[in-house]
Order: sequence, then C-alpha cells, then structure tokens
Amino acid sequence: MGRWLLGPVAAVTEAWGEVRVHRTRVVLSLVGVFLAVFAMTTITAAGNMGRQLMVESTERTSGRSATLQVSAYPNGAPTLQGTERASQVLREAAERHEVAWWGFVSQGSGQVTVRFPTGAQVVPFSYVDPSYGTMHRAVTDQGRFLTAADDQAFSPRLVVNRAFADLLGGFDERTPTTVVLGGDRPVTATVVGVMEVPYSDGTTPGAYALNSAAQSWGLVDTAMSGPPALELWVPDADAEAFTAALQSEVQAALPGYSVSAYRSDAGEELRVVDLVLAYGVRGVGVFALVLGGIGVLNVGLVTVRQRIREIGVRRSFGATGGRVFFAVLLESVAATFVAGVLAVALSVALLSYAPELLASLLPAGAPLQDVPPFPVSAAVEGLVAATAVGALAGVVPATVAVRAKVIDAIRY
Amino acid sequence: MNATLTLSQVSRSVALPDGTTLRILTGVDLQVAAGEHVAVVGRSGSGKSTLLNIIGLLDAPTSGHYLLDGRPVDGMSARRTARLRGETFGFVFQQFNLLPGRTATENVASPLLYASGREFLRRRRTAREMLERVGLGGRLDTMPEKLSGGEQQRVALARSLVRRPRVLLADEPTGALDVDTGSAVMDVLEELVRREGTTLVTITHDLSVAARADRQFRLDHGVLSEITGDAVAAATAHRETL
Repeated sequence: MGRWLLGPVAAVTEAWGEVRVHRTRVVLSLVGVFLAVFAMTTITAAGNMGRQLMVESTERTSGRSATLQVSAYPNGAPTLQGTERASQVLREAAERHEVAWWGFVSQGSGQVTVRFPTGAQVVPFSYVDPSYGTMHRAVTDQGRFLTAADDQAFSPRLVVNRAFADLLGGFDERTPTTVVLGGDRPVTATVVGVMEVPYSDGTTPGAYALNSAAQSWGLVDTAMSGPPALELWVPDADAEAFTAALQSEVQAALPGYSVSAYRSDAGEELRVVDLVLAYGVRGVGVFALVLGGIGVLNVGLVTVRQRIREIGVRRSFGATGGRVFFAVLLESVAATFVAGVLAVALSVALLSYAPELLASLLPAGAPLQDVPPFPVSAAVEGLVAATAVGALAGVVPATVAVRAKVIDAIRY
Repeated sequence: MNATLTLSQVSRSVALPDGTTLRILTGVDLQVAAGEHVAVVGRSGSGKSTLLNIIGLLDAPTSGHYLLDGRPVDGMSARRTARLRGETFGFVFQQFNLLPGRTATENVASPLLYASGREFLRRRRTAREMLERVGLGGRLDTMPEKLSGGEQQRVALARSLVRRPRVLLADEPTGALDVDTGSAVMDVLEELVRREGTTLVTITHDLSVAARADRQFRLDHGVLSEITGDAVAAATAHRETL
C-alpha cells in the first residue's frame, strides 16, 4: 500500500477506533443531529404528501394544473339562440387551439326536482362533459364517475353525493339504483356512483349529470341558464398565453357578452405551500441541525479536554498536529454522517412501511391517488448538512487538541 | 564515542506570568552512546522531566545544541519533528498512560498507527508478539483497568518498544510500583533494551534503579553533573540498610 494511501487509511482507522471506544458519548452527542436529520427528511416527505393531498383535493374542485375557465354571460337576458351561439364559439375556441382535454361545466347551476321515497325535493345539479372526471381527478366513494359511454345510455346517469344516496336508502353497485327526476316530464335516472360534490355542504343532496343527458332529457332550461363555462386543461407553461388568447378571441366573437377567461386551478395557492415547504420546513430543520451541532460541539470540547492526556500520549508516538486535528475532526464528521444515515434510513423505513400513519396525521380527505416519491433531495440535503455540521462542530475541538501542549498533556 | 544523543550547553527557561524568567535547565552537557543506559536522578522540580522532554523532542531548548546521531534537530518543521520522534523514541511514563477503553493489544498497537507500510498493516500481530515478550501473552484482550500496576507498566513497556526505537526514555518507570514489582519491571525493561541494543535514558528518584545504569547523572537546580561509581554504591548501600 502506497504511503500516500496509507496515511488516510491510518487516520481513518484511528478515528474509527476513537468512535468505537467513545461510542456512548458519541451516540449521546449525536441524538440532536439524528433527530434533526430525521425531522428534516420526514417533515419534508410529510410536507410533500400534504401538498399532494392539497393538490388532489383542490384539483377535484378547481381542476388540475393548469385549468382555464372561460365564461360568457350575455349583457341582457339570455336567449336560446344566444346560448347556442356562445357555446359554439367556446367549442370552436377549444378545437382551434387543439387542446386535448376540455369540456363544458355548469357547477351546481341546475335545479332539478328529484322524487325521493320521502318526497320530492329540488336538488342542485352540476352538468359536465365526460372529460371532467380526468380533468378534476374525480374519485368516487362507491361506483364510478360518468364516462363517454353514458352519452349513449337509455336513461340519464347520475353521480350523487352521500346525502342524495342516503335519501334513496343507500347505494349498492351490484343492484341498479334508480330515481325519478322532473315534474311535468318525469324521467328515471340511474345512479352509477357516489362521491363528494363540490359546492355542496355534504348534508344536502347534490348530483352530477352529463351535459348531453341534461339536453336530451330536458333537465336544464338552456334558454334561461345561459351558456355553460368552458374548461381547458393546458400545460402550465402555456396557461398565461392561452388565457390571454381565449379572452380576446372569444370576446371578439361574442359582442354583447361579458367574457371572462382565467386560471381556475390552485396554482397560486400551491406556490405558497411550496414556499412554506421550501423555507418553513427546511428552516426548522436547519435550526434543529444547528442546535444538534452545538450539542456535538459542546460535547466535543468537553471530551477533548478530558482526553488531553491521551492526545499527548499520541503525540509522543509521533502523531503530527495534522494527524491529531484530522482524527478529532474525522471522529466528529464520521459520527454525524453515521447519525445522518441512520436518520434517513429510519425516515425511509417509516415512510415506506407506515405511509398510512403519516397520512393519518394529515387532514382527512380522499385517499392519495399519486403518492409522492421519497424526497431523495431532502435526504441528501440532510446527510450533507449533518456532515457539514459535524465538520464545523469538530473544527473547534480539533484545534484545541492540536494546540494542547504535549508536555502538559502527558503530565496532566 | 559514537554518540546517539549529544546535548551541548542546553538551557531551558520559561517566562512566568509576573514577568520574571524561570531557568529550568542551565548549560546541560550530555553525551549518550548507542546502546548505553544512563540514569538521571534529582529532586522534584530539578528539571528531570524537562530534560527528558527535550531529549524526546517533545520540548525544545531555549539555547544550546542538540544533536541526534550527529545531526542537529533544531530548526526542523513540527511535522518532521513528530515523525522523527515516533521513529526514534519510545516513552515510558510513571503513570503508565495507557489509553482507556482499549485492550492491551490495542494499546501496544497504537504507536504503529503512525508507522508506515508493513509496520502499520501488521500492527496487531506485532503488538501480540511484544506482549508475549513481556510475559502478558495471556492478557492480550484485557482492558488496562483490569490489569495490576506491574502488568500495566509491562504493557506500557511493550508499547514503548513496539516500533523498535533507538532510544527509550523512561520517566520514573517504577515510581508507581512497589519495590519488588518495580524491580521485576526493570528486569524486563533491561532485558528488552539489551537484546535490541536500545539506548536507555532513565529518570528516577530511586537510587537502586539508577544504580542499574551504566552511568549516573544528578540534576540539581537545572545543572547536570555525573555521579561517580563510589557515590552511587554508597547511596545504594545506604538505602538498602534503611
């Protein structure tokens, strides 16, 4: 083994021997660093999971990132021809820009009489296109969401909320659940799924139906309600340009209408969450690491003073100042690195084997569809930070060790 | 004389906090030949340990010259000095100074952490062999606190000789031991250094220990003078009659 390699090997061997001999002290001094790295990694992962929960929750209401909404309201009273014209203009706008995912939506705007077993009741209906399920990450509690195949069904298909289903005596996927809608021209609709309905407090019934069904079965007064809003799911980067283009194009095509094009998803709110994650959570982690580092430094200083005779004896063996410095420093660095690795390992284990535990700590909601991956960057940052803290906390004791007078150390 | 150690007019003084200067060694002249055993006796505070530290390159003289194997050692870098110290000298301390938490083998192997090549790689094996030579082959994995005083000093002896130093510096090697144990330790020490041809410098209060050396010196208020054989014999005899 070459001399250039032997030196570092010997230094590492010596430092490892020190860590081994002083393992109790080392372990105690590293509790702070261990907890800080563990907290940094786990909280970041929990934060990511919380962010994803929030993303999915807001996407169910406002659409995925980036969802644009274009509304056109007549300045005067709505007419059937005007509504059809406005719908045509909106449809053409979506097709002209070759947007893959788009659809019309009227959230809670329909007022439909529903003949429940307990009596008839007017229920707010939301009318959507089949693309809505994907664009809004629709997750049903039971059954399924509306699809394009429901366009061809012989009766309106409904997705209702839990209050609606309860008024029907419950919902069972295995047996068709039907309900009669309408007053003068009643129609029997089939319930295909149960899920939360936006703009409903959960205690009053609400339902989704397809726009096509609403038209076919006369569930909506098109002339009176005005045109539905157009929703488009576009790439984040193009959202601003699309919004401006749609605003001007649709407004130009619909004189006498107030056109409003805007981004409806929670992009801005998520940026705030990202900022909190980036600076808040990591700030707390860094603060905890600094506290852990002070603990390591404190214990390191006390220990070096206790080990001054030992250091003197090593100098008598021929240990150079650099070697003493390196050994004490490496002891601190190696120990904090090991603490960091253990903390990350525990965090990985916790997040891998008990994600439910973590999810249960977060606000209740629909289960996560896309579980965020383990935050490797946070783990790497934690390890690097722990090692850096070890190095910084080791410099002072190492300097004290080097400056110790050998003679005094031996006679101490 | 083929001198291993040559000190010429070596003095050592330190500045005290009150601004005065304390002279610890004054004009020390000493030549020690290869393989020779010399002893330095003196009262506490006479400068014995300072002299030993200067010889062992743990301290530097304020003035005077120190030649090791005919080459001056002053002016060397701290790094070079440390390497030369590790390669040339072995130290035996009165309080043994064994490293706590390490077995006897690990203690004896510890100087070899600063050796190079084969010595470093074979350190545990070499340490075990050294312990067997001092009669502690059955205590290889014993912690220092589980060893008797004599055993601890023998571990310290093995450790001081594990790098085969050319000079062994023993500071009160029997100071913490009873007479019989001290005598046994000295027997082992002398046997080892004789076999290896190691130069031995012993500092001691004990005249009977000093009498075992080839030459004896007295250090009194920092001034070193050689003691004649008759004086040593008389002092030893006087001590034995007490």
